[in-house]
Amino acid sequence: MIETRGLRRTFRSRRSEVVAVDGVDLRVEAGEVFGFLGPNGAGKTTTLRMLATLLPPTGGDAWVAGCDLRREPGRVRERIGYVAQGGATDPTVRGRDELVLQGRLYGLSKAEAQRRTSELLAILELQGCADRPIGTYSGGQRRRLDLALGLVFQPRLVFLDEPTTGLDPQGRARMWDEVRRLRDDGTTIFLTTHYLEEADALCDRLAIMDHGKIVAEGTADDLKRQIAGDLVILGINGEPQAAHALLAHEPFVREASCEDGTVRLYVEHGEAAMPAILRALDSAGLELRTISLSRPSLDDVFLRQTGRSLRDAA
Amino acid sequence: MKILRDTWLIFQRSVGITLHNPAWILIGAFQPLLFLVLFGPLLKPLAGTRGFPSGGAFNVFVPGLLVQTALFGTAFVGFGLIAEVRYGVIERMRVTPVNRVALLLGRALRDILVLLIQSTLLTLAAIPFGLRLNGLGMLVVVGLLVLMGLLMVCLSYAAGLWLRSEDALAPLVNTLTMPLLLLSGILLPLSLAPDWLRVLARANPLSYTVDAARALFNEHFTDVSIPQALGILTVLALLAVVGTSRFFSRTTA
Repeated sequence: MIETRGLRRTFRSRRSEVVAVDGVDLRVEAGEVFGFLGPNGAGKTTTLRMLATLLPPTGGDAWVAGCDLRREPGRVRERIGYVAQGGATDPTVRGRDELVLQGRLYGLSKAEAQRRTSELLAILELQGCADRPIGTYSGGQRRRLDLALGLVFQPRLVFLDEPTTGLDPQGRARMWDEVRRLRDDGTTIFLTTHYLEEADALCDRLAIMDHGKIVAEGTADDLKRQIAGDLVILGINGEPQAAHALLAHEPFVREASCEDGTVRLYVEHGEAAMPAILRALDSAGLELRTISLSRPSLDDVFLRQTGRSLRDAA
Repeated sequence: MKILRDTWLIFQRSVGITLHNPAWILIGAFQPLLFLVLFGPLLKPLAGTRGFPSGGAFNVFVPGLLVQTALFGTAFVGFGLIAEVRYGVIERMRVTPVNRVALLLGRALRDILVLLIQSTLLTLAAIPFGLRLNGLGMLVVVGLLVLMGLLMVCLSYAAGLWLRSEDALAPLVNTLTMPLLLLSGILLPLSLAPDWLRVLARANPLSYTVDAARALFNEHFTDVSIPQALGILTVLALLAVVGTSRFFSRTTA
């Protein structure tokens, strides 16, 4: 659905040239939810704006929804929906009017646009406020209207730029449901977020971006596993050093450390490693007090890749 | 034609936004009305002096006042566009397949409609003061106002998209409109001016427009200023539409 090669964008300011997106290679398959995770200023929005034809790339190539982005941006526009980060509505206009207009700008007839508007208003539960000026909407309602504006002509590919930023937990859960519903309908979704939980909860695959480059890419589980591995913590009675020495050489252990009677092991597949660990300790006669398995978070992934915590970077 | 359909859609939406606060149309007409009531009568005794164009004080003053309305009523439309850019509306529309020229023309036609409503109010209000109208003349005057409105609206939108800031647009508009006003012979006819001032005014497209509007109000249909003004305004308006619609498609809101 999307493919980019060496996509690049620089901005010239008065004195210097700033590289916002530095050679991005991506592949997004039809029907998946693809997430772009990274701190503010990482280049997520710039990449999205390029793919949505708002910003011409300064280098590289891209194909979006089957069309060459640089040669035929007009055809790309006919095939994508785009929901901008800060919203895109005039507070004096009524939601229903804006939706009908948006549909007509995509070429729907008046009757079609009205039918589709009623349908979307019902799905997104906006009927109650549809005939009021948008300025009177709650944050969640406004964001759902933004989403509706991007969906009005039923695109096969939708870009969502930070769809839940600024929403309360309820509004966020609501938006997540809508994204999942879209995915179930077969829509391909490309979203950016700086929330780890969001990327984890919604995305089939994701790419982590920092300083204009993709630093990691894959499913959330892949990324966690490849980069940090699962963490097994063992409480040993008696001789933890002996347990450490015994296990550190097992092929499935990537890193091991020993402190205060506990042994910490980074392993590739936690569930598969635990029985092997238990067997090894048993046959060596070492007494196990506790055992726990914890999965690394995406924050660990980000930390490992960039040297800083996403929470600090954002 | 897609461009006509899209222009109509954007026009309808823009009219809807204007009608949300229709008072602004009247407020825009208020200043020229003040000129009509509080400045126009000062010209009455001047109408007999040597060098003052024929036709009577109000048939000389009101055509100029209409051009002034077309100048000041349109020069500030860029402010509304800056707000739309800030709301993200322009960017949202640029992601749709909407025709780029229609994004400009739909809005510009709304502004021209407002201008024509204000001009009609002003003309009607001037009749009790002794303004005389003629059908053919009024028709061509409407044409002049449409062309001039289109030119000014495009310039204001281009400036708004370029500057992106109300704080920068206001002084720019004021700095540019003031010499245009003073060198157009709107307030006092340039026939009263010294030679150097008259030469300077020839460089101002508005002075031709004012001359043409006066000729039309006074049924001097063979006056050379009429084709001059129509020609100059047509060329400038076309250039402005082409240039500004490029701004609409390229701008990175």
